[in-house]
Amino acid sequence: MQARIHVTLKNGVLDPQGKAIHHALAGLGFAGVEDVRQGKYLELELADQDRAAAEQQLRQMCEQLLANTVIESYAIELDGEAVA
Amino acid sequence: MTAAIIVFPGSNCDRDTAVALEAASGRAPRLIWHRETALPKVDLIVIPGGFAYGDYLRAGAIAAHSPIMREVVARAHAGVPTLGICNGFQVLTETGLLPGVLTRNASLRFVCRDVHLRVEQTDSVFTCKYRPDQVLRIPVAHMDGNYIADDTTLQELEDHGQIALRYCDADGAATAEANPNGAQRNIAGLFNRRRNVLGLMPHPERAADPHHGGTDGRALFAGLVEMIAA
Repeated sequence: MQARIHVTLKNGVLDPQGKAIHHALAGLGFAGVEDVRQGKYLELELADQDRAAAEQQLRQMCEQLLANTVIESYAIELDGEAVA
Repeated sequence: MTAAIIVFPGSNCDRDTAVALEAASGRAPRLIWHRETALPKVDLIVIPGGFAYGDYLRAGAIAAHSPIMREVVARAHAGVPTLGICNGFQVLTETGLLPGVLTRNASLRFVCRDVHLRVEQTDSVFTCKYRPDQVLRIPVAHMDGNYIADDTTLQELEDHGQIALRYCDADGAATAEANPNGAQRNIAGLFNRRRNVLGLMPHPERAADPHHGGTDGRALFAGLVEMIAA
């Protein structure tokens, strides 16, 4: 099973790196970019198992380590399907 | 006073901290490798500065789950004075011993220079030798010192006297210009509610000997020795 996890800054949390990337894009002549937010993307290969158990485990991984939920949110995809 | 300094792969202030503690207490601290699972009985635990695990994922995130940290968290909850300096502060927020999080400096630059700090809280084992509103000059050296917490948490920190130090100018005014990293409310040092856990972005161990160019950090170590002996 393959999981894909996106970790992004919550709304309202300042993102100075996103801002710097935004400026660099403007400097390269890419007009019309209104905002840039930087996040992280992780791919996990999981041993085959019950889907519900895998989802539960992935949520725990995000809560305990992969995201800092004070400032970050996470979105999980398992075998191409979003996990609620 | 007996102290333990936790050493992670990537710690780089462990020796400096050991020198400052030995100068203050007359006893060499124990350096404890992060893979250990047991801590000797000590009066003080220090998590030193550096780049534990190369700051992979987030500064302090992986170190916070090292084997020894389970014991550090348990001791801190039991009331043992626990000090995190710079990367150590980041580790303490990642364990949840201190609220909030330290993010990338607003300038996106590594900041390495002396800063002025105003002492906000002297009622603790760490800050008892300072005067309220005393202005200190101590170096910072970090990439991720921009302290963030939600408004409710910030208000609680203020209400319970948990802010130890704020960045300020030479006259003690906590201005935006004097803030080296964008930290909310100019927070440079933070206690837990019980004030036995302190996280600091500045490095008191780098201002503990006249050869450092300043000695304003020395009173922190001297205060610990005095309070723990009492």
